[in-house]
Amino acid sequence: MVGKNCFAIASDRRLGVQLQTIATDFQRVFKIHDKLYIGLSGLATDAQTLWVFRILDSFWYQRLVFRHKLYQLREERDMKPETFASLVSALLYEKRFGPYFCQPVIAGLGDNDEPFICTMDCIGAKELAKDFVVSGTASESLYGACESMYKPNMEPEELFETISQALQASVDRDCLSGWGGYVLIV
Amino acid sequence: MTGSMDLPAKGGFNFDLCRRNNMLEKNGLKLPGFLKTGTTIVGLVFQDGVVLGADTRATEGPIVADKNCEKIHFMAPNIYCCGAGTAADTEAVTDMVSSQLQLHRYATGRESRVITALTLLKSHLFRYQGHVSAALVLGGVDCTGPHLHTVYPHGSTDTLPFATMGSGSLAAMSVFESRFKEGLTREEGIELVSDAIRAGIFNDLGSGSNVDVCVITKGKTEYLRNHQLPNPRTYASSKGFSFTKGQTEVLSTKIIPLKQKVEVAEGGDAMEE
Repeated sequence: MVGKNCFAIASDRRLGVQLQTIATDFQRVFKIHDKLYIGLSGLATDAQTLWVFRILDSFWYQRLVFRHKLYQLREERDMKPETFASLVSALLYEKRFGPYFCQPVIAGLGDNDEPFICTMDCIGAKELAKDFVVSGTASESLYGACESMYKPNMEPEELFETISQALQASVDRDCLSGWGGYVLIV
Repeated sequence: MTGSMDLPAKGGFNFDLCRRNNMLEKNGLKLPGFLKTGTTIVGLVFQDGVVLGADTRATEGPIVADKNCEKIHFMAPNIYCCGAGTAADTEAVTDMVSSQLQLHRYATGRESRVITALTLLKSHLFRYQGHVSAALVLGGVDCTGPHLHTVYPHGSTDTLPFATMGSGSLAAMSVFESRFKEGLTREEGIELVSDAIRAGIFNDLGSGSNVDVCVITKGKTEYLRNHQLPNPRTYASSKGFSFTKGQTEVLSTKIIPLKQKVEVAEGGDAMEE
């Protein structure tokens, strides 16, 4: 979610195989650099089956960190969020006919601390937004909750409350998500 | 996940994960749906050039994923392309051909021709036999005059004075068929295109939100983003939700101050000859 010169990115903490919970403190939001975070949600459909592959695809973020570090060495600066979004989109589209099973949510602060958020489907179709982006098994509820709770230009404190309430409300209505949430505000 | 992390890929599609995904699908895993642009896209030729129009809804199954996405893509300063079908495919294909056109412009030193873009698009789509699901309306004005083409996902093309594509194409085509005539003026062209898109927006479930219009004439292109907003958000309450601080139960907080990166530019002397 976008606020006034800040952004918040939140995820739930459950990791499960169909209806069985494997872990209750699973980290889904990863740091690329100080002002750029990426959240990777697993499959959007019914079951989180074959968790081995789901976790492997979640660890795909290491490949992204590697590309970012190469960029840092060459350009001697951090990647802008828009550039990073294009990079992720290209990496996902490369696997167009055998895709990764993850849908990333990218959030960062660009020039002049201008917040940038975007989400993609599993083959890299970028979807920029000025207010909020959602992804995951509870995405339909999240769309509804964010649509009603979001207000433009929120300060970080209020943004935290709003995003947590939206996340908790949606996640409570979804069997496959839960066990609290991680919220990062930058 | 094994394999080379050393070299970045050479380009083109990578089929490494196909076998794994086939195995997963046999075990009952369903592939997540792709973002589609349900869409109404239209184009028509008027007396001075070409007008393109598109709606702005992007869908993921029955849910609207993006209420204001851009479906009119830049190809060259004098050529624009509207895309329907799988969003990733239309974006990737138009970006790729746009870059190829730019390289061609540098090589030849001339303005790009619409037929060049058309040939690049159709050969790419035919090579992938329709699996790259991009249906496009390509329009532009070059030294040979105004041109409007449609490109189908399997690689066939048509050259037409007016064209519609996407799920809302029938609604839009009905508007065109009744009111199109040769030699329209700019205002008439924009109005006809907007009416056709609005017909798609209100009669087709896969299209919605706003109307984008792009007018291309010799030497000038105008991209009227959100030219009409027939679906404003009027249902939001003015008070909105207000959460008091402390309403959310917090288990732990970690605050990490970010280091400020200060660039020190020393007053360097100018390079001496």
